[in-house]
Amino acid sequence: MKQFLTFVQKEFHHIFRDHRTMLILIGMPIVEIILFGFAITTEVKDSKVVILDSSHDVATRHIIDEINANKYFNVVEYIHNSNDIQHIFQKGEATLAVVFEDHFYETLLHTGKAQIQLIADASDPNTATTVTYYANRIIADYQQTLMVQNNVPYQITPNVKLLYNPEMKGAYNFVPGVLGMILMLICAMMTSIAIVREKETGTMEVLLVSPIKPIMIILAKMVPYFVVSCFNLCSVLLLSVYVLGVPVAGSLFGLILVSLLFIVVSLSLGLLVSTLTNTQLAAMLVSGMVFLLPVILLSGMIFPIENMPVWMQWLSDIIPAKWYIQAVKALMIQGLGIMNILKETGILVLMTIIFIVISLKKFNVRLE
Amino acid sequence: MLKYLIEKEFKQIARNPFLPRLILIYPLVVLLIFPWAATYEIRNINLCVIDNDHSTYSQQLTDKTVSSGYFRLTAVEPTYTQAMQQIASKRADVILEIPPHFERDLINQQAAGVLIASNAVNGSVGGLSSEYMSEIVTDYSSQIRQEWQQTGKGIPPAPTIEVISQNRFNPFLNYKLFMIPAMMVIVLTIMTGFLPALNIVSEKEAGTMEQINVTPVPKFTFIFSKLLSYWIIGFFVISLCFLLARIIYGFAPTGHLSTMYAFTGIYILAVSGMGLVVSNYSDTLQQAMFVIFFFMMMLILLSGLFTPVNSMPQWAQWIAAFNPLKYFIQVMRSVYLKGSGFLDLIPQFSALAGFAAFFNLWAIISYRKSN
Repeated sequence: MKQFLTFVQKEFHHIFRDHRTMLILIGMPIVEIILFGFAITTEVKDSKVVILDSSHDVATRHIIDEINANKYFNVVEYIHNSNDIQHIFQKGEATLAVVFEDHFYETLLHTGKAQIQLIADASDPNTATTVTYYANRIIADYQQTLMVQNNVPYQITPNVKLLYNPEMKGAYNFVPGVLGMILMLICAMMTSIAIVREKETGTMEVLLVSPIKPIMIILAKMVPYFVVSCFNLCSVLLLSVYVLGVPVAGSLFGLILVSLLFIVVSLSLGLLVSTLTNTQLAAMLVSGMVFLLPVILLSGMIFPIENMPVWMQWLSDIIPAKWYIQAVKALMIQGLGIMNILKETGILVLMTIIFIVISLKKFNVRLE
Repeated sequence: MLKYLIEKEFKQIARNPFLPRLILIYPLVVLLIFPWAATYEIRNINLCVIDNDHSTYSQQLTDKTVSSGYFRLTAVEPTYTQAMQQIASKRADVILEIPPHFERDLINQQAAGVLIASNAVNGSVGGLSSEYMSEIVTDYSSQIRQEWQQTGKGIPPAPTIEVISQNRFNPFLNYKLFMIPAMMVIVLTIMTGFLPALNIVSEKEAGTMEQINVTPVPKFTFIFSKLLSYWIIGFFVISLCFLLARIIYGFAPTGHLSTMYAFTGIYILAVSGMGLVVSNYSDTLQQAMFVIFFFMMMLILLSGLFTPVNSMPQWAQWIAAFNPLKYFIQVMRSVYLKGSGFLDLIPQFSALAGFAAFFNLWAIISYRKSN
């Protein structure tokens, strides 16, 4: 046991003496939580609009004022020729063009029908749909005011209730995602590198001939990263509760328990990577690059998994972060109890066992 | 001298057991898999209906919802509590509750309400699905209104504004077309930004740097040979990406290939320079990896790859203005989808050229042959 503790101490020295890495290990989660909490939003705001209005009458002016006053839009230019639109889009100077028919109000009064064209730059389909939707709503509102005298019959009012997150805060979705990403990357990347470095610099040989058991060497390498991860877990949770205002609605105990489990999963994944690679470069690239995009994309952090094709959904099932993020969402945001995340917990435990069994089988006590 | 240095770089890469495979396989995997994952298109929302009315109208409304294509009826529950159970266990995303006497109220009092409750843990998905649902409900009410109008109950027609919406450049709103050019940027960034960062440090760690330091190679030539090697790799990678997009998705750029290659050339210089600066300041591979990883993460998140830059708060947009990824992603998307020409993209080009000059100068100045 004393030997083991000495080894753990050695590993702590490894980390603490490299100030720059230490700073990043501790600072990365904080910066990311702040970025995700305040800077990154899937909402579409302040879209630039150009307007082609040759009639300049009451109706068009009213609609233009409404568009300009809307927080989603910002009228940047009035144009006089519809051929300019293509070029404006190509330069990226606007995302929506609103084109009024000539003699708009007159036509509307006399024929009871007038036309508005909404031309969107659909190279970003999400923004295009959203801005078209908002513009449509502004026009529909104006139409309502036109009809204000006629009491519209057969009105079904939809009462909308947004469960768990009534203000539609992006942070509610991102915090679990950031937690999953940080823990996964730090644990998996750090352990794999720490082990492979000993191989590469040749110090593994020294360790293997020492009286301590190989399994103890590995465990000793994991302990410091476990501690750092726990620290990160605390900082992310504290920041999200006190700075972002994302509450822990469910059981805090369950949340910590499942997070600890996830840290263990990631550590064992790191161990697995380290037994499969021989150079630091390869280990880093595998854990850093090959894990980075899948964790962001396939874990449901930014893009909802339900929208993906079925084969992608199966693929996402092998990403441990996906299960962890689901469990955190259930506990933290939806306020459910531990009983609701038994499936996720079970899968994570199973993954840990698989990773550890493979790594132990592959772990070479002897050097080739 | 330069020729031999470049030869050395390529030999070093080719003889690494891992790198050549990475350079070939990574673009393939990214382009093959990720465009399918990165989508906001919302379909197949699981719906739970609580029908307290059991009338023709409530039945019609349910049918209309399901046939809209956005919703999939997965459960019918008698009470709200039971429906909430469905949400908690993720079997349903949206609840539609039709109150008792829905049909009677609609006919007698001319108005009725329904309750839509959606799971908004992911705010934008929750918001959108409830918006879709509200639209269907409103649609349904105007449908009934029209039916009554046709029976001649004397409801006056209201003036209507006809809205025609047109989606330029991507009429079928295919999200993949939006993501593929940006994915290429990420692949290129990782290949020509990550790898050079690790390159010099690994020479330091392996001790081969010592050997270079005692040769007559001037530091400018040394840095330049590294840059040029990654430049060649970058062009290979981006061409591979163009080819893959063409073969897998049948997706060809609307604009000129030459525009994209011109930007690729300047962009690789910018990110490689950034990588070299980091590696000059790092003593170990681990350090270099973490520093570049940290910056790369921020750059990717603030690049507009996943979320629009225009929606960010002002301070974040200021940070994003110093992000080479942002400019190159804009360029690739504009050229691929909108067919923008070089002249449309002059601001982006000058920004990228500025980054390239800045980082490479810094890289040359900060590289020291003596310790």
